[in-house]
Amino acid sequence: MQIALSTLTQTASQADASRSPSELIRVEDAHKYYELGETRVHALRGVSVTISRGEFVAIMGASGSGKSTFMNLLGCLDRPSSGRYLLEGTDVSQLDKKALAAIRNRKLGFVFQGFNLLSRTTALENVELPTLYAQLNKEERLQRAREALRTVGLEDRMDHFPSQLSGGQQQRVAIARALVNRPSILLADEPTGNLDSRTSVEIMDVFQALNDKGLTIVLVTHEPDISRFAKRTLLFRDGKIRRDELVAERPRAAEVLKALPKVED
Amino acid sequence: MDLMNILHIAWRALSRNKLRSGLTMLGVIIGVGAVIAMVGVGQGASQAVQQQIAAMGSNVVFVASGTVNRGGLRLGWGQTKSLLYDDMRAIVRECPAVRAAAPGAMTTAQIVFSNDNWFTNVQGTEPQYFEIRNWTFAEGVPFTQADADAAANLAVIGNTVRQNLFGANDPEGKTIRIKDLPFRVVGVLNAKGESAHMGQDQDDVIFVPITTLQKKLTGDTWLRFIMVSAVSRQASYAAQQEITELLRDRHRIRPGQDDDFMVRNLADIAQLADQSSRVMTLLLASIASVSLIVGGIGIMNIMLVSVTERTREVGIRMAVGATEEDVQRQFLIEAVVLSLMGGAAGILFGVGASLLITRLLGWAVLISPVAIAVAALFSAAVGIFFGFYPARKAAHLDPIEALRFE
Repeated sequence: MQIALSTLTQTASQADASRSPSELIRVEDAHKYYELGETRVHALRGVSVTISRGEFVAIMGASGSGKSTFMNLLGCLDRPSSGRYLLEGTDVSQLDKKALAAIRNRKLGFVFQGFNLLSRTTALENVELPTLYAQLNKEERLQRAREALRTVGLEDRMDHFPSQLSGGQQQRVAIARALVNRPSILLADEPTGNLDSRTSVEIMDVFQALNDKGLTIVLVTHEPDISRFAKRTLLFRDGKIRRDELVAERPRAAEVLKALPKVED
Repeated sequence: MDLMNILHIAWRALSRNKLRSGLTMLGVIIGVGAVIAMVGVGQGASQAVQQQIAAMGSNVVFVASGTVNRGGLRLGWGQTKSLLYDDMRAIVRECPAVRAAAPGAMTTAQIVFSNDNWFTNVQGTEPQYFEIRNWTFAEGVPFTQADADAAANLAVIGNTVRQNLFGANDPEGKTIRIKDLPFRVVGVLNAKGESAHMGQDQDDVIFVPITTLQKKLTGDTWLRFIMVSAVSRQASYAAQQEITELLRDRHRIRPGQDDDFMVRNLADIAQLADQSSRVMTLLLASIASVSLIVGGIGIMNIMLVSVTERTREVGIRMAVGATEEDVQRQFLIEAVVLSLMGGAAGILFGVGASLLITRLLGWAVLISPVAIAVAALFSAAVGIFFGFYPARKAAHLDPIEALRFE
């Protein structure tokens, strides 16, 4: 971890001077191929995009459009076959696996469609998980985990197991886990895919609140209803960004919730 | 991630499947237990042999009359009539490495005491014999050199003879009859048990002065053996050498011709016995180790299952920042915890089995701290060795694939 972080700072100091101080993500002509036996699958065909601090970006696209591949790239779970990915000025595409793990740990927070919580592990311990890999002391870890759970409004569910929580609550635990190491970006891959419409809006409310406080959020979804809660949408098709536009008349999730009828049970 | 957290996670993962973890450990428990018990049995046997040999006197050199080849007919040891009392005198006189020597000749006879009788070995010797063999008296004293020179009818009896002939009676001062001659019992020897290398009852014997045996019982003048005591354990090799040269000279054996006697060094016999029991210990330990290896394979098997089951968990951990090393260490430590816990239980099991063997079979079992330490280390090594591949497999999972794993 120590080595990885020093690598980060080194690379950051060599960053190109051209970028604006608010620039967080810069992807330049990223390509990604997979070799599947004889055939080569071209998942990304030259993607270039810049995302600034404080943005809330929704990535849209049909399955096979390359949006998931792009998300894995942004999440440092994968490296581009060619092209560059600069995260806070660091060329991530050149880093080794260990350094990538450190970046995932410190700079990125993940929220998945299937929540991906550890079962038979309490909400608090699930949220604590990323801090275990961040060399924090026990006190600091617990304090941060509690704070993150409070942020998503689950301070009274800390000792519950995932099986004792509703889908929305589980996703909030996952969001708390993503926040616990105070990342620069929150990456959410279809976070509302397994949730009903009301709970989906609730989750978007959490996202909007976090974004209001300055957290950069990148969200993958195929639901237009969800994407309009973001500030900007990127539409992927055939491994390329086809449309990049700001959301007009962005609704506030909190307002939408008031209008929605309360479902009893 | 610090060790305490890893251990905590490992403990939790293992206690999640208690039966499975228990059964996996059982392989290691049996393996380690078997190694400890088997090594204990081997070392116990080795120690018993060593004690028996030490009881014979470790600086003892044994000279016996040799084989003879008469026209193709080869007779066994102790058949030549070349070893004489004068040879013994010469050994004491001329070999500087020799401290003392006692002659030995024997016959068998029916011994009678009042209404009881017993068939046993009658051995003629001199009083130094008991000292050379570290043989102590339960009652009475040995006959003296003067008694021996005078061919007195005195007897020292072994423990077996005493039990068979006298029972609860006090034998000291009683008169027994050997081949119709009356002998007065002057001493009773302490029990020595079976001899280490021949397995015969050493206590089933009566000692009489050598002169008495030769003149009154057998009529022979030759000796069956000479029991020699060297000045020290180291000197016993020198004594062996000196005696061989002296006797070849006295018996006029030309260079190239075979000895008509044999000289055996008890240190050699001890070494031989030690070697054979060490081979036995090794054999037992290696058989037991096989079960430890089988136990290790059990660990590997269960760890592989565990890695597959927890693919998603690995994916989650990697997504939130676990490095390959973190994942590998976690699974490796899980395997080591499993094998070490099995090892600890195995040590208890092995010690228990050893005690049971001692109790039920009456074998001397020696539980050495070294064997326990080695077993503990070995079980940790089994965990590392057999846990390595599954841990590596977990560490090399692709986080994207792992997260999608159902």
